[in-house]
Amino acid sequence: MTAQLDTATAPPSARRTAARRLSTRVGRVRELGIVVALALVVIPTAIVNPRFIQAQSLRDLLLNASIVALLAVGQTLVVVTRNVDLSVGSVLGLSAFLTAQQFADHPGTPLLAGIGLGVAIGLACGLLNGLLVALGNVPSLVVTLGTLYVFRGIDYALAQGRQVNAANLPDALLDLGSSRVLGIPVLVLITVVVIAVAAVYLRSYRSGRELYAIGSNPEAATLAGIPVARRTLTTFVLSGLIAGLAGALWVARYGTVDAAAGTGLELQVVAAVVVGGVAIFGGSGTVAGAALGALLLGTITSCLVVLQIPAFWQQAIAGALLLSAITVDRLLALRLAKALRTSEGTSHA
Amino acid sequence: MRNLLRWETALVFLLIVVALTGQVSTDGSFLSGGNLFYLGLDIGEIALIALPLTLVIVAGEIDLSVASVLGLSSALIGWLWNAGWPLETILPTVVVAGALCGAFNGLLITRLGLPSLAVTIGTLALYRGLALVVLGDTAVADFPASYTAFGTTPVPGTNIPYPIVLAAVLAVLFGIALHASSFGRSVYAIGANEEGARFSGIRVKRIKLTLFVLAGAVAAIAGIVYTFRFSSARADNGVGLELAVVAAVLLGGVSIFGGKGSLFGVLAGVLLLGGLRNLLILQDTSTEVLTIVTGLLLLVSVLAPSVTRRVGSLRKATP
Repeated sequence: MTAQLDTATAPPSARRTAARRLSTRVGRVRELGIVVALALVVIPTAIVNPRFIQAQSLRDLLLNASIVALLAVGQTLVVVTRNVDLSVGSVLGLSAFLTAQQFADHPGTPLLAGIGLGVAIGLACGLLNGLLVALGNVPSLVVTLGTLYVFRGIDYALAQGRQVNAANLPDALLDLGSSRVLGIPVLVLITVVVIAVAAVYLRSYRSGRELYAIGSNPEAATLAGIPVARRTLTTFVLSGLIAGLAGALWVARYGTVDAAAGTGLELQVVAAVVVGGVAIFGGSGTVAGAALGALLLGTITSCLVVLQIPAFWQQAIAGALLLSAITVDRLLALRLAKALRTSEGTSHA
Repeated sequence: MRNLLRWETALVFLLIVVALTGQVSTDGSFLSGGNLFYLGLDIGEIALIALPLTLVIVAGEIDLSVASVLGLSSALIGWLWNAGWPLETILPTVVVAGALCGAFNGLLITRLGLPSLAVTIGTLALYRGLALVVLGDTAVADFPASYTAFGTTPVPGTNIPYPIVLAAVLAVLFGIALHASSFGRSVYAIGANEEGARFSGIRVKRIKLTLFVLAGAVAAIAGIVYTFRFSSARADNGVGLELAVVAAVLLGGVSIFGGKGSLFGVLAGVLLLGGLRNLLILQDTSTEVLTIVTGLLLLVSVLAPSVTRRVGSLRKATP
């Protein structure tokens, strides 16, 4: 009753700001929530085993999360437009193997040219996905499920059971995977740069904002004159390109590569993105959140190891985390919708 | 509807082409009883899971967790068997557990209104994770031969594997449910227009929940079949099988947007997928080519309706 009275007496503009405040808070609560979750995971582990928060193990933590975080950035661009790219694990595998093979078979390959090859392969895969989705008018879930098979199959067919070992790779590449600048691993720095560029693009560029518009309401976006097909194509190309880069970095990080590299990684990536607060039905979410989601999942894995909990639990925990993330999101969205409705009701009155 | 019928005709035609090519290129061994037995064994689990999944997709939803339910049920069989339970008790328990997995999916989707894609990607990881927790990376293989025989020998006097008999019986039941009952009409109505279905008094949530429970229970049955076929209960049984099942269902002409498709088409899709794979194996094609073929079939099956629609509209545009 008091709430109703309150609504009736409050000026409409005040109610609107309240609703807007709630909506910003909901946006922030997610990234804050992940930070809290990270703390909840890290602090008890650190108490049990203080070595867990030493510089070296923190570096490893970031290093392990960086490849999934990279893929999560590309995935965010796609998911924001209400699509999904399930082929990223296969694209990474294909790019990783071909990059490694290039370096092994042609020892003189310059570092950047080799990495460029990986990126180009990813770009080509992404272009294929994008063309099928945008021109074929087919749901991205099915298309990328199909190309997940196709790219992985090509990967196996080209590899024919071979494996590239660290001994055959140039030192410059392997250094990239292990060297540090100011104590921070280079791989982590690359990931941070990619996150920053994507974040600025999504936040401040017209075409970046248009991705959110497409994801919120594709029909409205079309009517508003947004080139939906072209933007969709771009997101898949970018996702593929980033997966290609991640493939090349995978080689630098692990040194040993066969055709199975990155198998099943797509689930971790989707989990990271969803845990990071990117709505699976598009229209909201940030790359920073997705990267934090990847960091959280990676940290949990490391903590399980440190706490000597069998690694078998890892997958179940990742699944449970994803489910609770979407459940919390849904409950918050319902509250938000209710609050907005109330404010709208009064402003009409 | 006419478009759909044409797709199924095309499927049957393709099946005949595959069968004839197989027959000619293998000097008659493709359609021999022995090979058909192996083909039947090979598609058993896919055929089983494709049945309820067809209904789920026709209703406009998706269940990607089915292969994980299969793995969890396999792991449970091994775990309970190690704990000394008799198989007569284990098997019904496992099916109930599968139904509970499906109910969990269904409740999250219908009661909280969460997208089935996100939920079942989550439970894909969760159920597979639970399977690993239950059984770890060990395998249980000491099942009595009287049970594993169901997965490895044909029905006496024929070349029909037991899983196919099971799938055929279930196919009739699911066929009646989808095509000859008000329940089935409701499923189509929900897939075509959920809002409209609700306003015409269809209990949308309850029907969707039922479909997910069925998918879970049948996936668990497929887990039993899988376990006995390989005489091995492992947590990683059937990893990635959801892709093959979804591919078969879509290949069968079911629209991923819901509201369209028939069980007959799906069965033809399963046969086509299995037949092609079998043919490629007979010709010593490597497994990587099989992977590519499965993926391409999936792509073609979703692109075909879109392409024919476009060609159709072009033809209409030019007088």
